[in-house]
Amino acid sequence: MNPDELLFAETHEWAKVVDEDGAKVATVGISAFAVEQLTDLVYMELPSVGTAVEAGREFGEVESVKAVSPLYSPVTGEIIAVNTSLPDSLETLNADPYNAGWIIKVKLTNESSLAKLLDYAAYQKQCAEEG
Amino acid sequence: MRNTRATQPIFELSKPGRRATRFPRPDVPARPIEDLLPEHCRAAAPPPLPELTEPDVVRHFTNLSTLNMSVDTHFYPLGSCTMKHNPKRNERLANLPGIADLHPYQPDETVQGLLQLLYELQDMFAEISGLPAVSLQPAAGAHGELTALMVAAAYFDDLGEKRTKVLVPDSAHGTNPASARMAGFDAVTIKSDPRGLVDLDDLRSKLDEQVGVFMITNPSTLGIFDDQVAEIADRVHKEGGLIYLDGANMNAILGIARPGDFGADMMHYNPHKTFSGPHGGGGPGAGPICVTDKLGPYLPSPVVCQRDGRFALDYERAKSIGRVRAFFGNVGVLVRAYCYIRTHGPDGLRRASENAVLNANYLLSRVKHFLPVPHGERCMHEFVATASELKKTKGISAMDIAKRLLDFGYHAPTVYFPLTVSESMMIEPTESESKETLDAFAEALFRITDEAADLLHEAPHTTPISRPNEVQAARNPVLKWTSC
Amino acid sequence: MPYTFNTPEDQQAMLDAIGAASIEELFAPIPSSLRLKRPLDIPAAMGELELTQHIQTLAAKNEHAGQKICFLGGGSYDHFVPAVVDAIASRGEFYTSYTPYQPEVSQGNLQVTFEYQTLICQLTGMDVSNASLYDGGSAAVEAALLCMSVTKRSRVVTTASVHPEYRQIIETYFTHLNAELVTVGSPDGVVSVEELANAVDDNTACVLLQQPNFFGCVEEAERVARIAHDRGALLVVSCDPISLGVMKRPGDAGADVVVAEGQSLGTPMQYGGPYLGIMACREQFVRRMPGRIAGQTVDRRGTRCWVLTLQTREQHIRREKATSNICTNQGLFALRAAIYLSALGPQGLREVSELCLQKAHYAIEQIVADDRFELAFPQPVFKEFVIRDTKGKVAEVLAECHELGILAGIPLAKWYPDLADCFLVTVTEKRTKHEIDQLADSLTRASVTDSVVSV
Repeated sequence: MNPDELLFAETHEWAKVVDEDGAKVATVGISAFAVEQLTDLVYMELPSVGTAVEAGREFGEVESVKAVSPLYSPVTGEIIAVNTSLPDSLETLNADPYNAGWIIKVKLTNESSLAKLLDYAAYQKQCAEEG
Repeated sequence: MRNTRATQPIFELSKPGRRATRFPRPDVPARPIEDLLPEHCRAAAPPPLPELTEPDVVRHFTNLSTLNMSVDTHFYPLGSCTMKHNPKRNERLANLPGIADLHPYQPDETVQGLLQLLYELQDMFAEISGLPAVSLQPAAGAHGELTALMVAAAYFDDLGEKRTKVLVPDSAHGTNPASARMAGFDAVTIKSDPRGLVDLDDLRSKLDEQVGVFMITNPSTLGIFDDQVAEIADRVHKEGGLIYLDGANMNAILGIARPGDFGADMMHYNPHKTFSGPHGGGGPGAGPICVTDKLGPYLPSPVVCQRDGRFALDYERAKSIGRVRAFFGNVGVLVRAYCYIRTHGPDGLRRASENAVLNANYLLSRVKHFLPVPHGERCMHEFVATASELKKTKGISAMDIAKRLLDFGYHAPTVYFPLTVSESMMIEPTESESKETLDAFAEALFRITDEAADLLHEAPHTTPISRPNEVQAARNPVLKWTSC
Repeated sequence: MPYTFNTPEDQQAMLDAIGAASIEELFAPIPSSLRLKRPLDIPAAMGELELTQHIQTLAAKNEHAGQKICFLGGGSYDHFVPAVVDAIASRGEFYTSYTPYQPEVSQGNLQVTFEYQTLICQLTGMDVSNASLYDGGSAAVEAALLCMSVTKRSRVVTTASVHPEYRQIIETYFTHLNAELVTVGSPDGVVSVEELANAVDDNTACVLLQQPNFFGCVEEAERVARIAHDRGALLVVSCDPISLGVMKRPGDAGADVVVAEGQSLGTPMQYGGPYLGIMACREQFVRRMPGRIAGQTVDRRGTRCWVLTLQTREQHIRREKATSNICTNQGLFALRAAIYLSALGPQGLREVSELCLQKAHYAIEQIVADDRFELAFPQPVFKEFVIRDTKGKVAEVLAECHELGILAGIPLAKWYPDLADCFLVTVTEKRTKHEIDQLADSLTRASVTDSVVSV
């Protein structure tokens, strides 16, 4: 996926929403900027399929050697898929954060939070201010 | 001189049939093990431990010891850890058979000398803290924090009050919020103000009748005495809350100020810091706590009491929170603390703190010209310098300086703590170091800040190993030796 | 002053450099109203000679295990400590260093920790060990917390035959947590397996079993493991490391977490501490394990070396979300255990274990030869056992033995009111046949004296 097509949370997660069998499904990951800032990821803790997630709430964690960073869900719904191979190949997050580095897929139960997400240009502006 | 043949993992030195310790054959009639233990619990073979001779064991561990820096061998200004001299007399005395070889369930009448010592120690801890009720049971500082918070929770329960929050300054040691959590409270962070002290406005906004305890480290982790402490205590007390003092930094104020006199209701000591119990490569410590009279009934059982001239363990304490540790506590550490206090007496303890503060201020005065100390011209027993300027101008981080100091034969200060100062280096020289040592250390620091960044990034250069790959260690954990 | 360097000239020079008029001025940040305005009311200073004499005098008022014949156990044991343990552990490079924050100058401690972790895995049959916790009791409570965190369940089932003080600690910890401790009875000296099966439900995080248990009896660990696992609960076994020379390792009997009091492995009794909390678990729980852990890696030159790792579990990073508030470990006693286990090796451990087993059984025979005394529980035992005084005069009997120079046992009334006529006897490898015979004689004599008095 091209980042231009994605929506971003201020907390550096991205989401790509598509229609699947009449339901809205969001693929969720973390941005290239976030991966770079976190440096040397060593571990990732992911939720299981079936877990309910809520926009703005924690759904997992990534760890570097001496820091733990929560992953916040950009959307509200139920997890229908988890990229279980990711914790064993964390370098994927560096190499391909927007495709192979996806983390979870969420069947949306509420779309209102999507309005709060940023487009790529707005997100890049935010990163420039942070960086 | 290190012998690298002896420092490979001990399992690689093993050879079947070798042995250091042999036991005699049973002097009682031996029966077949099958008759004594049922099959379901019998081992087919003993555990696959390594097989070594005594010379192997001695040479291996002796050579490993030479790979450590220690207080006995090096200046060790590790802030917040009070790495002072560990008196040899204390080691010898704590190892006397009349102390080391006592069983914890011996009848009280067979341990009168030890109980007397512990009773006197309770009194001395109470006097030094200004808090009269003492429990020697907690096994470490963090354990003391947890115990005291449980005492507070029991006290509030008894009053019928539901208090759910513990306030913790952002500069506090990480054990504070972790302990609060384990005692069933929610930890709420209080910001520091620009001086590094508790931000009173932030405190005001977060202080309500839900607050059970305010945990304060004073002198703070920045090495500053927070002179607002009485006012803070006043406000917290007015809301019905309690003040907990993290006693990690008691080395600055022995005989000069007492937590009980500046508003604390509870505190712990770190005897392995303040009272010179050695740090043992990571432990043991002890975490005795002192509390006000009104909280005394809730302390863990037993405590040592005196009845009719005899000493006894008192278990008859209806309001006690119960036990936090099996047996009495870390007696070996407590005996060393007793020896330390008796060696010093009232004047000596005060002098120890005065010299700890003098040494820290002297070092600060030497260092501040090239490594800024953001919080104040003066300090108590330690100070926090920052390398953030150097990082910006030369790309030299606090970690680089720490690593390079190792090449100069000094243990590094505590780096990256407290979290409130960027590129922080927390330096605590203690009283048991000379002006010559402090001068030489300051000189080394100065030279390092003048060195080329590339040299520093690769430091240390002269230690047994260079910087380890921590990412690899965490990504692919290898937590035990395996044969391949 | 005992350990300070500064002469008056040094002090003056330092004050000049600081720009302070006096040491007193350095304390100006402490408001006068908060100062102590008198000397501390503690005894005056003592020199080394006086202090030595003073402590020797206090020590002489205690009756230690070298003077009295010690048959006390219950979690703290009079085992033999080879000289090599004391010789190495008293090296200042070990005991005056601290947590290896700078691995480049702490490879000694880090490698010892890594070797300790490996030895504990070999000893217990588990996948991973931490660098140690405070003691056996705190290890038991931390294991219960670990299991609750892993299973997201809040009930812990234990047995009356688990060390009563360990259970008390868990109760204290649970008071303010959303957790429940259920204790299943051990009427015959071992847990009632049927009752246990009923107590373990779908909200049970773990079963905490002691093997051999507090009464010295052998539990059916594998059966208990099946009961726990059938309900999705974990099994925590608190074991006696010395027993593992002859007894099945907990890891081979189905344990998911193993804890132990490691004092037996080369640490003196010291009236209860400091001791060594052993904790090991299956690999999948390692990120929930409390305490420090050393791991192997390489340095920039590719040299094998060791560091503290998986630190994100710990309080200094995770603060209130940490797996535990524990900060220190018992490095010095982990070192002692590593030296002890290295010195004994598999055969030495087997020997010490067998000596305890054989001598305990010999002691039982000698003691119950007097009809007044009987073995309270008809169970296999390792090195400890419970004796019932059929006349119910435990305090008198033990006092009489004490008069005769023997610490014969621990009365159980304090923890088990229905065992008020019982006491716990422990026999380590150090007790000779002669001493055991003396114990049996003293009990008999106590029983005779008692009869005479009561006639």
